[in-house]
Amino acid sequence: MDLGPHAAFIWSAYGISAAVIAALIFRAVMEERKQRRVLVRLEQQGIRRRSDAGRSGDRTA
Amino acid sequence: MGKFATLANPSFFMGLSDKVLPWLAGVTGALFILGLYLSFTAPADYQQGETVRIMFIHVPSAWLAMACYMVIAISSAGSLIWRHPLADVSAKAAAPIGAAFTLLALITGSLWGKPMWGAYWVWDARLTSVLVLFFLYLGLIALWQSIEEPSRAGRAAAILALVGVVNIPIIKFSVDWWNTLHQPASVMRLDGPAIHPTLLLPLLIMAAAFTCLFFWLHLKAMRAEILRRRVETMIITRVGQATTLKAAE
Repeated sequence: MDLGPHAAFIWSAYGISAAVIAALIFRAVMEERKQRRVLVRLEQQGIRRRSDAGRSGDRTA
Repeated sequence: MGKFATLANPSFFMGLSDKVLPWLAGVTGALFILGLYLSFTAPADYQQGETVRIMFIHVPSAWLAMACYMVIAISSAGSLIWRHPLADVSAKAAAPIGAAFTLLALITGSLWGKPMWGAYWVWDARLTSVLVLFFLYLGLIALWQSIEEPSRAGRAAAILALVGVVNIPIIKFSVDWWNTLHQPASVMRLDGPAIHPTLLLPLLIMAAAFTCLFFWLHLKAMRAEILRRRVETMIITRVGQATTLKAAE
């Protein structure tokens, strides 16, 4: 595809955008997985959240 | 008020976002595929030639950079005024995403500016105010990282976010208030868009794609932050139990 004399600028813009978006998606997926792994490990050690003990609702983040 | 209280429940949020995220991912992907196809098949501009294609990523990045800051500002108001439990989760989660979109807007703008203006950067009002926006995002991230106690960090970040929101109308109207190299508004104008439909359609599709991407990223980041806070609470519980046991011995 011929993008004219400034093709390098156009491809750089799209390439950098793709890289930044890929990094954002990777970070989003990995961060949630990491926290879930830690939660599972804590639960295996017998530590429970207060709401798991039967209290209704979970008002604290 | 009951429904609002339900939405404030992190467990309800986790359940709802679990259902929404796969659909949102699908819509985002479809919009990007359509948007990129239209971006590369749109005709070249009579003045800018092929470099007009940079507009299809630069403009949505800039719009999202500002929109994300508004999300942070509204979340910050929700945190400070109504003490909504998910408000500072929302603000904290959005900051790195907004910083990334602002950086993209600055970089793609520079790559568009060099062939068009002959310069990667000029200190005109639009570019400078967007750079200030980027520094505001970095400041918010730094506040969240540097203050250990989450509610204090949230309050400090919320105050900075609300003070900094004055930058958003400055960015928007900078091209009207000052003599700028950056062109005036071509889409969001009182007398309608000044862009030809063959270029406007890819721009709007890409803007929709970027918007859906932002919502997907934001929901994922909020989920990770909620889980991180649960982990912290459980660790504190474990330390508390260990201390109690030790005292009993």
